[in-house]
Amino acid sequence: MKKLINNPNRVVEEMIEGYAKAHPHHVRVLEENGRSIVTAKETKEGKVGVLIGGGSGHEPAFMGYVGTGMADGVAVGNIFASPPPDPILEATKAIDKGAGVIYVYGNYAGDLMNFGMAAELAELEADIQVGKVIVTDDVASAPKEEKEKRRGIAGEFFVTKVAGAASEKGYSLEEVVRAANKANDHTRTMGVGLSPCSLPQTGKPSFELEENEMEIGLGHHGEPGVEKGDLQPADQVADRLVQDILADMPIGEGEKVAVLVNGLGSTTKMELYIVYRRVELILNEKGITIHRSFVGDYSTSLEMGGCSVTLIKLDDELTEFVDAAADCPMYVQR
Amino acid sequence: MSFSAKELKAFLQSVVETIEENKDYLSELDRKLGDGDHGVTMSIGWQAVQEKLDNEWKDENDCGKISISAGRTFLSAVGSTVGPLYATGFLRGGKEVQGKSELTGEDLNNFWTAFIEGIKERGQAEVGDKTMIDTLQPALDTLKQEYARSGIFAEAFSKAVASGKEGMESTKDLLSKKGRSSRLGERSLGNQDPGATSSYLILKAFESVMTSVQTA
Repeated sequence: MKKLINNPNRVVEEMIEGYAKAHPHHVRVLEENGRSIVTAKETKEGKVGVLIGGGSGHEPAFMGYVGTGMADGVAVGNIFASPPPDPILEATKAIDKGAGVIYVYGNYAGDLMNFGMAAELAELEADIQVGKVIVTDDVASAPKEEKEKRRGIAGEFFVTKVAGAASEKGYSLEEVVRAANKANDHTRTMGVGLSPCSLPQTGKPSFELEENEMEIGLGHHGEPGVEKGDLQPADQVADRLVQDILADMPIGEGEKVAVLVNGLGSTTKMELYIVYRRVELILNEKGITIHRSFVGDYSTSLEMGGCSVTLIKLDDELTEFVDAAADCPMYVQR
Repeated sequence: MSFSAKELKAFLQSVVETIEENKDYLSELDRKLGDGDHGVTMSIGWQAVQEKLDNEWKDENDCGKISISAGRTFLSAVGSTVGPLYATGFLRGGKEVQGKSELTGEDLNNFWTAFIEGIKERGQAEVGDKTMIDTLQPALDTLKQEYARSGIFAEAFSKAVASGKEGMESTKDLLSKKGRSSRLGERSLGNQDPGATSSYLILKAFESVMTSVQTA
């Protein structure tokens, strides 16, 4: 597959260089580690630090979400690979304001080990208290009874948003962790893949799908989903995605949600809005109130084709945090 | 038998080379089960080790230091899942031989025991989960048994590698239970696990260095 790159082995470094140069008022790369990026803004003493991270290739996730109201720092891994403990540890030290740091990351074996090791080191070497929130929003990745085995995908956006807003509000580490865990418990995502992505180093598609096929529940890195079948019209796909979410997390009439229709990389805004149109219709028919909507590329998989639908069920606290202002290079909310 | 820092570096060098040779093969195996980057990830990590071999470790004779540094170097270069796993192996193995420039059969036995048990502890996988443990555990079992029986490390290690190979091949008939591929269910059948394969390549590289030590 064609890509606009220089050296496949330097894509992450060159992306970070470009990113830091483009947004000097928002972010800076740490001298201690070129894979640690932190906010360039002054943060308040006593504010809980919010640290996110994961593999590259999901932009705007995760580095695009460093900024006011979201994360204070990010550790950037190789493509689709968790960052090692060092950049996590360095970013932790840089963003700690004496109130501890919360790590928000997806439920993947690599992230669990690397963030886990970094948290131990932060406590041992730097005496920084660390809270960990592991995102598990992907309905297709494990049955309901085994929610703790589910992967984290686009729903991580909401969990980060809640953690960021809660810390901005002055919550303690314990309270930020509680709110972020609640956001994770209230969030479900279902995705559909239409076409694969390819790693810059191999150039080969990460999985195979025929021209007329789609795959429901496909993972964020091309992990196979729950069902391969003929490509359906957008309305039917949206029906299926929403139906699976609601079967997993019932939402009653009169309840409130925020909706995220997320593109996986190469899907057009046109298609995403066509999907959103149907999602809105279904929720409306069920008497579910859509409090706020997000449509666009929030968490991608390189140039993968397809989209995901995320619902977060809102109570008063989560509503406040989803509504809070944010100012990041790749995401601004007023 | 004489196994010194020179041989340890030859082993690491041999892993670098075997990983480069098998880079595409490992990624291809991974494409069927995961995101297809195992060869790439291993290559990034071992190229970082190569850099240390060419520079920092040139005059280093402490086997423990070299192994621990190899673990840290690999981890810092890759992160991922394999980063903490193989790093833990080299860190724990290195701890066993700290301060030693010459290793006896007993030292090497301790090194590999700590190496494999460290990976097991870090990854929390069991035999049958379709992971690198399917190669490493049978290899360790054989190593312990054969070394206790004969006291000849090189011989015991060769038998351990053979058990590891069988273990690696057994992953073709296993369902994935760990990591990203665990969702595949039946679709994971028929594919050999890439982690089990890279573990075998590492054992095999060590065996080849042992053989050259024996015949030297």
